[in-house]
Amino acid sequence: MNLRPDPTFHASPKLAMEAPIENYAFTVMLSPDGSQSDGIAVIDLKPGSDTYGQIVHQVIVPNKGDEFHHFGWNACSSSLSPLSGHAFLERRYLIVPGIRSSRIYVIDVKEPLKAHIHKTIEPEELFAKTGYSRPHTIHCGPEGIYVSCLGGAGKDGTDGPPGIFIMDCETFEIIGQYEMDRGKQDKHYDFWWNLPQDYMVSSEWGLPPQFENGIVPEDLLSNKYGHSIHFWNLRARKNIQTIDFGENYQMALEIRPAHDPTKSYGFCGVVVDTTNLQGAIFTWWRDDDGVWQAKKTITIDPRPEDPANLPPLLQGFGAVPPLVTDIDLSLDDKYLYVACWGMGEMHQYDVSDPMNPVLAGKVELGGIAKGHKHPNGKGFAFGPQMVEISRDGKRVYWTNSLYSTWDDQFYPDDEGGQMVMADVGENGGLTLNKDFYIDFPKGLRAHQIRLEGGDCSTDSFCYPSV
Amino acid sequence: MTSVAALWGAVIVSGLYHGINPGMGWPLAVSAALMERRHKAMPKALAMLALGHFLAMIGILLPFSIMIALIQWEVEIRIAAGLLVIATGCYLLINRRHPKILARVHPARLALWSFLAAMAHGAGLMLVPIYLGICAVGQEETGHLAAQSLMGNNIMTALAVAAVHTFSMTIAGGLIAVVIYFWLGLRFLSRTWFNLDVVWALSLVLVGAFGIYTAKMGH
Repeated sequence: MNLRPDPTFHASPKLAMEAPIENYAFTVMLSPDGSQSDGIAVIDLKPGSDTYGQIVHQVIVPNKGDEFHHFGWNACSSSLSPLSGHAFLERRYLIVPGIRSSRIYVIDVKEPLKAHIHKTIEPEELFAKTGYSRPHTIHCGPEGIYVSCLGGAGKDGTDGPPGIFIMDCETFEIIGQYEMDRGKQDKHYDFWWNLPQDYMVSSEWGLPPQFENGIVPEDLLSNKYGHSIHFWNLRARKNIQTIDFGENYQMALEIRPAHDPTKSYGFCGVVVDTTNLQGAIFTWWRDDDGVWQAKKTITIDPRPEDPANLPPLLQGFGAVPPLVTDIDLSLDDKYLYVACWGMGEMHQYDVSDPMNPVLAGKVELGGIAKGHKHPNGKGFAFGPQMVEISRDGKRVYWTNSLYSTWDDQFYPDDEGGQMVMADVGENGGLTLNKDFYIDFPKGLRAHQIRLEGGDCSTDSFCYPSV
Repeated sequence: MTSVAALWGAVIVSGLYHGINPGMGWPLAVSAALMERRHKAMPKALAMLALGHFLAMIGILLPFSIMIALIQWEVEIRIAAGLLVIATGCYLLINRRHPKILARVHPARLALWSFLAAMAHGAGLMLVPIYLGICAVGQEETGHLAAQSLMGNNIMTALAVAAVHTFSMTIAGGLIAVVIYFWLGLRFLSRTWFNLDVVWALSLVLVGAFGIYTAKMGH
């Protein structure tokens, strides 16, 4: 416990943008076949440092086969909430779940170069206390640390619906299930919220048998992946409304609410529209009557391609789908970054008017049947995937792996983990930084990135930017 | 007379003390005004916070105002009250966890939040020894009245103590909220936020000890 709030807690998004820039990144390293242990790479981002853009420390866990994926902080700027009184926590621990093993590691990164495992929660404890499995998204909130899980109970995670559980934010003890009334929610993926307005939004990928051993084409073509988002009364723990985008909008994944808590809108990325292979972004908002609405505001067309150049999975379509697998919103709610993992593109949209996004910048890198090279001449396996934006909005980092078994289906000939960075222009625009290119240790792929002091996909704020 | 004045002074000082503690809600007044984008939301929020705090004070003081009418047990009741306040302080020193119930309150229900926050932190208990001191002096001055009118006096005193305390709390908290909202800006919100948990718990121990001391000394 500190005597003053952690200096990385910012009352408003604007203050977070004005704060000192990130000195380190923490990136997931995963062994796709479980032959090595997974870990967290600590990357030096101090401008002018001799080791800038290099992995300067690794936390390698003792187990194998965890498959790290998403992770998050034990505390963020929401700790300054006057309601819940967690102001004296430290943004110090990374909560890192194994999406395949259901094991959770708590990693102490107070001294990034000496980062180490602080606590391990074994899968059996998670199963017993929550009835959930395959932990995924982490957010710190009013009642502690919230963790979404993709699986329910039982061996294949289909015994009961998946959902969110809560952990104590100081002891990291699992408290139990979050939901008191889940309504129609029967699948899970991401979630995020607006704390002063007391709402949460959650999304759907699919159940474990639909993703663990690779994408199931029959399920996709019969629209059996998730296509709804759910709105919750956050503190009452109740699903108040479900919006179905339409069954062809398969895999509604990342939820990105506006960071400014006076705003009542946000975005959700849809991987693929099965009627035309487009990728889509929906804008969701609360109307004047307090009812939630959603509308498709961005579509990204597939690219026709000679079947001979395509992986077996896509040969029948003769096209490369964009595959919108991650989106991220800058802290000023101005730019939405959209990873088109299939086509090998990172798009930047100006979403100042959230109902009318405008494409402001684009970078090509990797991609199915393209394999765009990095400006430094090196290759980039797979395509742009997990994206993270610096707090000041000037640098955009991303990695390349989606999910072990899916990488192998869409890019059967690719292997490797890379992390790159692009600079954002004064008035938008996106340019790959020639000098920033991290090749991960052999046999390891890269997934989500977290930035020291907070980042655009974890920090929630309780006071508006004024 | 001087001891009565000193005790009323303590009521005011405790109010100012509660007011500057962010845990009693002044940051909520700032956020209410910012969220609603209207200056007027701030006095409304402060009023709601004051209402909740006042009710929490009354909720603690009233049972004591009834008990203390048992004049022959006055010293024992005051000592027991002092011990209770010390015990609460010690409990808060040992158990440094945040009250979970506050995390479930809807952000717009400021009066309820303020009531629960005051209760969870033992804010009302901090007033009890001071209040009992005032009652004791009053009883000495009025002589041995019938129990019923004594109780009436004590209830009026409890209302007055709670009102004066809440008023000074609102002035102190309101002042900080206004200065941050209009002049200093949000940056100062985190800078002026100190961890008062230990100081707060020690204050309870101190006030409880003071209550026992004055009870034994006859005031």
